[in-house]
Amino acid sequence: MTATQTTDALDHLEALESEAIHIFREVAGEFDRPVILFSGGKDSTVLVHLARKAFWPAPVPFPLLHVDTGHNFDEVLRFRDDLVERLGARLVVARVQDWIDDGRLTERPDNTRNPLQTVPLLDTISEHRFDAVFGGGRRDEERARAKERIFSLRNAFGQWDPRRQRPELWNLYNGRHRAGEHVRVFPLSNWTELDIWNYIAREDIALPSIYYAHEREVFRRDGMWLSSGPWGGPRDGEDVVTRTVRYRTVGDGSCTGAVESDAATIEQVIAEVAASRLTERGATRADDRLSEAAMEDRKREGYF
Amino acid sequence: MTDLLRLATAGSVDDGKSTLVGRLLYDTKSVLADQLDAVHRASADRGLAGPDLSLLVDGLRSEREQGITIDVAYRYFATARRKFVLADTPGHVQYTRNTVTGASTAQLAILLVDARKGVVEQTRRHAAVLALLGVPRLVLAVNKIDLVGYDEQTFTVIAKEFTAHATALGYPERALLSVPLSALHGDNVVDRSANTPWWSGPTLLEHLETVPVKVDPHDAPFRFPVQYVIRPRTPEHPDYRGYAGQVAAGGVREGDEVTVWPGGQRTRVVGIDTPHGRLPEVRSGRSVTLLLADDLDITRGDLITAHTAPQLSDELSATLCWLAEKPLRPGARVLVKHGTRTVQAIVTELTARFDEQKLSTSDTPEQLGLNEIGRVRVRTAEPLPVDPYRLNRRTGSFLVIDAANGDTLAAGLVGAPLPVLDADDLVSPGP
Repeated sequence: MTATQTTDALDHLEALESEAIHIFREVAGEFDRPVILFSGGKDSTVLVHLARKAFWPAPVPFPLLHVDTGHNFDEVLRFRDDLVERLGARLVVARVQDWIDDGRLTERPDNTRNPLQTVPLLDTISEHRFDAVFGGGRRDEERARAKERIFSLRNAFGQWDPRRQRPELWNLYNGRHRAGEHVRVFPLSNWTELDIWNYIAREDIALPSIYYAHEREVFRRDGMWLSSGPWGGPRDGEDVVTRTVRYRTVGDGSCTGAVESDAATIEQVIAEVAASRLTERGATRADDRLSEAAMEDRKREGYF
Repeated sequence: MTDLLRLATAGSVDDGKSTLVGRLLYDTKSVLADQLDAVHRASADRGLAGPDLSLLVDGLRSEREQGITIDVAYRYFATARRKFVLADTPGHVQYTRNTVTGASTAQLAILLVDARKGVVEQTRRHAAVLALLGVPRLVLAVNKIDLVGYDEQTFTVIAKEFTAHATALGYPERALLSVPLSALHGDNVVDRSANTPWWSGPTLLEHLETVPVKVDPHDAPFRFPVQYVIRPRTPEHPDYRGYAGQVAAGGVREGDEVTVWPGGQRTRVVGIDTPHGRLPEVRSGRSVTLLLADDLDITRGDLITAHTAPQLSDELSATLCWLAEKPLRPGARVLVKHGTRTVQAIVTELTARFDEQKLSTSDTPEQLGLNEIGRVRVRTAEPLPVDPYRLNRRTGSFLVIDAANGDTLAAGLVGAPLPVLDADDLVSPGP
């Protein structure tokens, strides 16, 4: 046996990267029509970066799918379009507005569109017959997500049944499904928010500028800094002020808050995340504050 | 470089597993303020006097309603010394299959017992499953030590019984540790307790931070399951043909001779490719693309190896951990997923069932029920290149899948990973 004693052990980030690449290649080998959910946020940007590495020097063999609430930050849309062009990828956009316009969905009284994404997502999955749907979900984000498998089977209605999850053994993923069912795949399951940022720094991955500190006109609601947009603006008694802020997550503009921050570089962001005493969802997502099981309920209905 | 320990927890219902995990997270300051606020609010809503730390991990509505853990929850925490990925697995017997999920990748498992009850049936079952899966180290957490008045004698009796059971399963004593603790009050979890002056061993966290992590032996033979063939056919790469995969064991260098299974063709590695450039050599765990000297017909499902050859056979002698409600009977037609290859198979024979309470086997059982462990013979439609599970977790493991609905039916291990299963009479069950 020719065993040379060099140390080529993987560090923590390399091990996570290798695991994610392995997952991408398993899906490419076993599914007919995979798609990557892409929001322009940091997690889905890392996801696309890993997909490129998994198939290099060939192009990524899947299209991207953006479920567009219509409540976008301009910087994020521009970033999305640039990235798609650089990749030479096909982009499928499911516009929530189209579903509202033809009556399949009704605008909510609070104008929040995050919960409205589920129906356009499921309709688009069945229209395009996607059988594997990559998402950027991480188990450290939320308690219900902490329970999810890397390969997560969804029934014909897109629903997740936590009591009937398949055992997931070693790194042998079972992607078998029946016609009409699909599998959600989470290559970033074992990454933490800090891992994502450290990896972005190591790989020098470009992100939408709103992740870094900038001056923005904001107003205070439910303890978060929100900004005005097509989704509406301040109500009576909510004063607009200029603050130096950044976003820790990027979602529907109506319910994604900014945090006050001077972190303008990746190193400063990493230092800030490492010292933060709030989770990213707790700090910036109104939709997760609805109830103790808000995320579980949305996932059962077919949410990301 | 950050050191990483993958660990799993197991125990019976009400042993306080989720509370222990909550305590580990809380005392290592891995819980953020908003998560803690949510636990305080929910505890107050339930009329509790103090925060219920199990609510940090029991994330599903029905788990919180019933106060039990149903499914594996993964937790991530770090101390100055180490990073931890913790799989918190359920205690209820019907969810043992989820314990198997959490344990299949663990380097260490924490087994909980209630100090008032000691080692119970479920403890012995879990220890057997953990031994079978080859989890290298076990810690017995003797919890609720406060409820037996921090009594040393009670602890010693339980620790002794556990050590006897675990060594009978094949664990060397140095791979075992018992710790007296109270998850509720925090005794000996992170901080040393003043209530157990007789305990001179480490606290649970001290042990987790310092226990040596088992890494794959560097002299293991090279194993590389081909996941995908990369053929860009672009103007820049018109003739590129690479075999993508993750090194499952051992290592290989540019120039090394390799063999491709099941065909047995021999060729040479001419390049180890990554997006960051070529590597002179690669070792276990890394995802790369191999370039080979000859133009062979290699597809997903093939296994590239070097050094010692795997066993190529369409007749497997294996151990199954049966995970489905529907029992296994001889003659069952199933799918077997080994590495990146899925083949049709028939379970031709059940040769023994393992009694994890008595650590004995019974010959030629009629069936294998949910959570039962047994020896089987499997005939596969195509030959598979395998290694004994004991030597290689990756090329020695397989899934048994229901061809009709796609469900995972069993964890399969090549050979007999437990000493008790390795009796000679099991190898050739005579007429």
